[in-house]
Amino acid sequence: MNEQDLRRLIANVKDGALSRRSFIQKVAAVGLAAPLANQMLAFNGVAMAQNATVEYKPTKAGGGGPLKILLWQAPTLLNPHFASGTKDQIASRIFFEPLAGWDKEGNLIPQLAAEIPSKTNGGLSADGKEVIWKIKQGVKWHDGKPLTADDVVFTWEYAADPATAAYTTGAYKDITVTKVDEHTVKIVFKEATPFWADAFVGVTGQILPKHHFGEYKGAKSREAPANLKPVGTGPYKFVDFKPGDIITAERFTDYHVKNQPHFDTLEVKGGGDAVSAARAVLQTGEFDYAWNLQVEDEVLKRMETGGRGKISAVVSGDIEFIILNPTDPWTEVDGERSSVKTKHPTLSDPKVREAINLLIDRDSVQKFIYGRGGIATASFVNEPKQFKSQKLKYEFSIDKANKILDDAGYKKGADGIREKDGKKLKYVFQTSINAPRQKTQAIIKQACQRAGIDLELKSVTASVFFSSDVANPDTYTKLYVDMEMYTTTQPQPDPERFLNQFTSWEVATKENKWLGRNVSRYSDPAADEAYKAAQKELDPVKRAALLIKVNEIFCEANIILPLLSRTRVAASVNNLTHDHSGWDVDTWNLAAWYRS
Amino acid sequence: MATYLLRRLLIAIPSLLGISLILFTVLALAPGDPFSEMATNPNVPPEVREAIRASFGLNDPIMVRYLRWLGAMAQGDWGFSFASRINVDTLILQRVPTTLFVVGSSQILALCIALPVGIYAATRPYSVFDQIANTLAFVGFSLPTFFTGLLFILIFSVSLDWFPFVYRSDIAATGWRWYWEMFRQAIMPICVLGLFQAASYTRYVRSAVLDVIRLDYVTTARAKGLGEKTVTLRHITRNALIPVVTLVALQMPAVFGGAIVTEQIFRVPGIGSLLIDAILANDTPVIMAVTFVFACLVVIFNLIADVLYGWLDPRISFS
Repeated sequence: MNEQDLRRLIANVKDGALSRRSFIQKVAAVGLAAPLANQMLAFNGVAMAQNATVEYKPTKAGGGGPLKILLWQAPTLLNPHFASGTKDQIASRIFFEPLAGWDKEGNLIPQLAAEIPSKTNGGLSADGKEVIWKIKQGVKWHDGKPLTADDVVFTWEYAADPATAAYTTGAYKDITVTKVDEHTVKIVFKEATPFWADAFVGVTGQILPKHHFGEYKGAKSREAPANLKPVGTGPYKFVDFKPGDIITAERFTDYHVKNQPHFDTLEVKGGGDAVSAARAVLQTGEFDYAWNLQVEDEVLKRMETGGRGKISAVVSGDIEFIILNPTDPWTEVDGERSSVKTKHPTLSDPKVREAINLLIDRDSVQKFIYGRGGIATASFVNEPKQFKSQKLKYEFSIDKANKILDDAGYKKGADGIREKDGKKLKYVFQTSINAPRQKTQAIIKQACQRAGIDLELKSVTASVFFSSDVANPDTYTKLYVDMEMYTTTQPQPDPERFLNQFTSWEVATKENKWLGRNVSRYSDPAADEAYKAAQKELDPVKRAALLIKVNEIFCEANIILPLLSRTRVAASVNNLTHDHSGWDVDTWNLAAWYRS
Repeated sequence: MATYLLRRLLIAIPSLLGISLILFTVLALAPGDPFSEMATNPNVPPEVREAIRASFGLNDPIMVRYLRWLGAMAQGDWGFSFASRINVDTLILQRVPTTLFVVGSSQILALCIALPVGIYAATRPYSVFDQIANTLAFVGFSLPTFFTGLLFILIFSVSLDWFPFVYRSDIAATGWRWYWEMFRQAIMPICVLGLFQAASYTRYVRSAVLDVIRLDYVTTARAKGLGEKTVTLRHITRNALIPVVTLVALQMPAVFGGAIVTEQIFRVPGIGSLLIDAILANDTPVIMAVTFVFACLVVIFNLIADVLYGWLDPRISFS
């Protein structure tokens, strides 16, 4: 189906000649997922139905007894704009809500908004510089005061103020928000912004009550009593909080969704480790829900046999991948190794990189190590489906790799290691300490050995590897090795900001204290150009194509070797219906959880 | 006595200053960064990260940071946690009751086992009872608490389903039910810690009793015709327990400090797990405060142990 066919179909839906559902079925037949179809319709002015992501059966609010959630990393604070880690974001989302959240398919679902802005309802301007949000009427804060546009505008002022030291500043510092009327706000961007659903949305978007935080904007932000005793609009009302230990809450009787929430009390306990958290849900049933179980699938399967609980996995934007370093990590230039001014003696040869890509047995890594925790892939961006490259394929073939290296003139020496012009194919392969990663390293090392490539495996403790310590040579952004492997997160279901790690201006260097996001140091003018075009392109179909191109340029150059698209794994007891999403925190739709 | 106390307290000040300087320097030199979680998040631009670091004073030289910390500490300001942004003293005080309850009870349990077993074993050396007690004591302190903890969980929680293995500080119950729930959740961590401690105390008590049992005054007491029970309890035990009392006093900082590993396994929200969480999150102010409190406790209880020893044993003089 080409662009013209699509446009004709969309016109049909608009006129009413074609139903929404059959449009989605038609485009699904050619491989476009439902969210993209919805996005296309929304962009072309066909209104979207409000959709609930989980069927909610209880017919009255309350009566569900207690709900007990176990987070193996304990929440330490409850102000969503100070929440640095997922654990804190999950905890603060119980009490605070954004205008809209992301469901597991990457759809935007209204929470405190009356509707999602679109072209038809006048929410999105034609030039892509303005967004108008309509706020739901009749929403009450836990202390009974009504939610108004003032609170939304205040949230922007609060987070945008650098003195507040909010982690969410990035979403707010370059926009202006004004009040239109009591229940409408307008966001103005400096430039056309195709991905506008960042401020007031999802993890970064929780609305704060002005009457509690008003005096504590800027440098005094730490003194606000509401930081520890939150007053929000969420389904459960605050009772008690012990940082690093436990949160207790009770049902908010004036919650703005009818018949919700189902549970009378809520308890969130923190601490311990992932394996024993899985055990407390799956084997002993002490808790109802446990999140982020980065545990080997085999262990989880064994616990599930008890029949008390179940595992659920949802797709996310996390990608486990390998970087092949095109610069020389063993020569120091101007006080830094892996400088862009250097070239790697052998990895700068595309043939060698191609061979290494053929030596990664992704299917075995998935089958024997990650199980339900990951899906083997050759594309850096995998979710939502419209951004996944259909062209990129992976293959595991030692014979092909050997042939490529033979043809390129790399001959095996007496020690079985290939070399050309005295340069041996010997590499240091680094990752963080984490059992599945060490096993993956071993699988790749074995295959490389059979192709005459010698890998020296190195593992660095995670707190060092992922730190931004300028003095430490082992951080992942320094890339003082030939190859490295880690997971990076695509936080929103739109990969634009995520893909800035493939642009030339983000290259990590000594000059920017290695804070640049392009760790591979590789750059391609074509990728830069496509990325810049995507930043301005308002048509979602064309924009997706541009972003896919950026992804393909790096993967086809075999600089980035994607391994697995990671899933988010959670455990729950059998009778609990929950709704977790890879694009938002686990508690994003907590109001709709129920026990049957 | 008063001059002795004064001298000891004055000596304590430079040693605490030295400890704090070393702690601070080691923490500042250690790799890791409280904001590492932000590093992989593309939503937090590098300049925001830098601004937050600067606002927390992390970019200043170590000595400047140390002097600022020392100045604030002298005025009773312990600083605030980077992770939860609340005051460190509040955070520590929240954890103290749980730690005192769990670790304190385990010490009492340990003494309740160690004293009778140790004394009885020493009065009948190399008997069957002594052999068994010795073997069990060996096994007891050879098994690390993380192993016995997991073993207990597997047996009593997973297989038998008797006790919960997650410790909750807020139990939603009142009256007798509250006590029952509290007992149920505390029994496993208390036993794990108590049995481990009991094993080493037992051996200590036994050797202390063996030391005095052969002394002349014991023979004299027997020659006077005193009953075996009176001899053991009044003449042997009282003298044998002097070193044991000092040992227990020296153990007191550990009671406050919590049991890091056991608290982690059973999710007991005590000081030990606070320290572990803070270390994992590179939350320097909390690590600094907790370790410094430990240092103070060690210094103070060493002093108390010395004073106590002199009071119990008149042969020791402080002049």
